[in-house]
Amino acid sequence: MRVNGVAHPPPQDPRRLLSDHLRHDLGLTGTHVGCEHGVCGCCTVLLDGAAVRSCLMLAVQAEGHEVTTVEGLARDDGPLHAVQQAFHECHGLQCGFCTPGFVMSVVGLLAQHPNPTAQEIEEGIAGNLCRCTGYASIRRAVARAAELSAQ
Amino acid sequence: MKPPPFEYHAPTSVNEVCALLGSLDDPKILAGGQSLIPLLNFRLARPRHLVDINRVEGLDRIYERDGGIAVQALVRQSVIEDSELVARVCPLLSDAVRLVAHRVIRNRGTVCGSIAHADPASELPAVLLALGGSVVAHSARSQRVIPAGELFAGMFETSLEPQELLAEAWFPAFAGKHAIFEESRRHGDFALAGVVRADKELALFGVASTPVLADPHDPTRGLEPSGDIEASPEFRLHLVKVLTERAFAA
Repeated sequence: MRVNGVAHPPPQDPRRLLSDHLRHDLGLTGTHVGCEHGVCGCCTVLLDGAAVRSCLMLAVQAEGHEVTTVEGLARDDGPLHAVQQAFHECHGLQCGFCTPGFVMSVVGLLAQHPNPTAQEIEEGIAGNLCRCTGYASIRRAVARAAELSAQ
Repeated sequence: MKPPPFEYHAPTSVNEVCALLGSLDDPKILAGGQSLIPLLNFRLARPRHLVDINRVEGLDRIYERDGGIAVQALVRQSVIEDSELVARVCPLLSDAVRLVAHRVIRNRGTVCGSIAHADPASELPAVLLALGGSVVAHSARSQRVIPAGELFAGMFETSLEPQELLAEAWFPAFAGKHAIFEESRRHGDFALAGVVRADKELALFGVASTPVLADPHDPTRGLEPSGDIEASPEFRLHLVKVLTERAFAA
């Protein structure tokens, strides 16, 4: 599988969840693990460009596919990705635990709806739980991300 | 919260899948995994063998046949959501699939997986029942068609045999009056109760051990829904009445 553009061998143990493989085997700890049953959205990554839950996939299933984690959105020495920049500008986070999952879900959302309506924004982030901000600033961040992406 | 040990198989053809299902002890098919992997993580399911069908070639088509639309086992729910063919031939299915969890789940979850999983609170089995659809089951020895009315046997139970693959679901073309309404605590959650209308047919979900057909004039007759922390039996019956009225007012 390729993760953020780099080829990696699959794990030996088929039980290994993609989320654990990314964190423990590849050291990509930006992908967070919350509930491990697909409810919280913290572990969201892109699989061939579409947002998926990495805790609901076996790592061996990603063999032959392209995985993008939050670390793969922007280069270390480059500007932030539009979605990251928008969350920063709009203060779309407090503790930050849920943020990588939100960011990856929103990248997927904007690929599907480049100019999302208010309802599309609400539905697009409904699968991610945040226990700090109350979502208002996150909604603003998504709208801002759409603006930045269009520029 | 990690899956229990299992032996992993990744066949690349339907024949190979059927041969494995016919020869392995306690196999379980892994398609989208959006229900099965949580069950493994919770260790509510402990199959000895996982047969991952995601590498099977030619099992991801949506196509028209017999006056309806066939959805093969690896068609993701998000593909149905975006399909112009489905929107044209069976718009009820397009509407229903948008109520299944969240887009991020639908990017991976499959239509046939939802049906085979047979969660009594899920939308797609009720849609199949309301429309009078069917599924095609393959095994190493035979292929058979199971009408929706004979498929759902109990809570998370179908009449599929352990050695059978649900290879395809078939939904009749339907352009008549239709609606799907459900009530849930949060967007994307399982329904406390839901109704599907296809012209004069009414199917209910979330209120019995399987999706059930009901009389639109007396939708709660004979129903004995269970109660839990989110909804009492009485509240579920109330929802059925309200949602049915709404569906037939359209």
